[in-house]
Amino acid sequence: MDVKDIIREENLVYKKSRLLTDTPFNFCPGCGHGTVVRLIAEVIEEMGIEHDTVGISPVGCSVFLYDFYDFDVVEAAHGRATAVATGIKRVMPDKFVFTYQGDGDLAAIGTGETIHACNRGENFVIVFINNGIYGMTGGQMAPTTLEGMKTATCPRGRDVKTMGYPLNITPLLAQLDGTYYVTRQAVHTPAAVRKTKRALRQAFENQKNKKGMSIVEVVSNCNSGWGLPPLQANRWMEENMFAKYQLGDMKVDGVLQMR
Amino acid sequence: MAKLRGAIVIDKDRCKGCELCAATCAQQVIAMTTAVNQKGYHYAYMANPEACTGCTNCAVMCPDGVISVYRVKVEA
Repeated sequence: MDVKDIIREENLVYKKSRLLTDTPFNFCPGCGHGTVVRLIAEVIEEMGIEHDTVGISPVGCSVFLYDFYDFDVVEAAHGRATAVATGIKRVMPDKFVFTYQGDGDLAAIGTGETIHACNRGENFVIVFINNGIYGMTGGQMAPTTLEGMKTATCPRGRDVKTMGYPLNITPLLAQLDGTYYVTRQAVHTPAAVRKTKRALRQAFENQKNKKGMSIVEVVSNCNSGWGLPPLQANRWMEENMFAKYQLGDMKVDGVLQMR
Repeated sequence: MAKLRGAIVIDKDRCKGCELCAATCAQQVIAMTTAVNQKGYHYAYMANPEACTGCTNCAVMCPDGVISVYRVKVEA
């Protein structure tokens, strides 16, 4: 059978979600951000909720989400995504609201907003991309940058004596009574990507059922920041990031899963 | 026994040449071109179309959503 005979509309099994515009992503080649942005669009399309969804994109590599999605996206000041999401969700409780935040945003400048929104048990979804990089600003590390990890924006690496330890924030959020679903996933293999998509679906279903705060952390690569080609960056992530940021569910249906 | 045959279509001008699709393909269907697209990246193409099973792993890995996958069942 010729390839031309296979490429027919009736044989289509996968294509880019129609909720993604034709604007190319601003992310670097091989960046996990792109995969997660794509998965969110797929989940929203499958649930058929695109007319009732509001995304919140604060400052960071997530800032241009409004260019990529064919549904509503609101910009927030750096770190304030969960505060903006709280306002929107309380005014329009039937809308599906999610924030899309990096580690510099959620765990550094927005720590206060994040913890209090989780503690209040607001009913929206937080998607948290953890790549150990404060990507958009220079000369500083992210709170999640590992000990000794040298990056483009943090060339001397973390010295715990003066800079403290990497902040593993998601297990802290799982301890709060307001959170309902907390999980940590990755997007470095096809199996991991499919699992992350299921986690995102679960998070949006929780919001639909008014269960409270769902947090999906995705440990991601940052090829440019780490100075590695995409494939090597994924290997480096498996060897180094996963030791500190272990994958898995931390809280399911309001019940802690951690040992 | 029925066999699965697949084919992929790559939106070459959106491809950034990260090679994640080529590395994930168990059948080694995908390779990168020596030519570059309008952004200057070596983009992915089907180097070995006969081997494709349409498993969708390449499309699932693609951070930029440039791959569409087609699949048919062929009676051998």
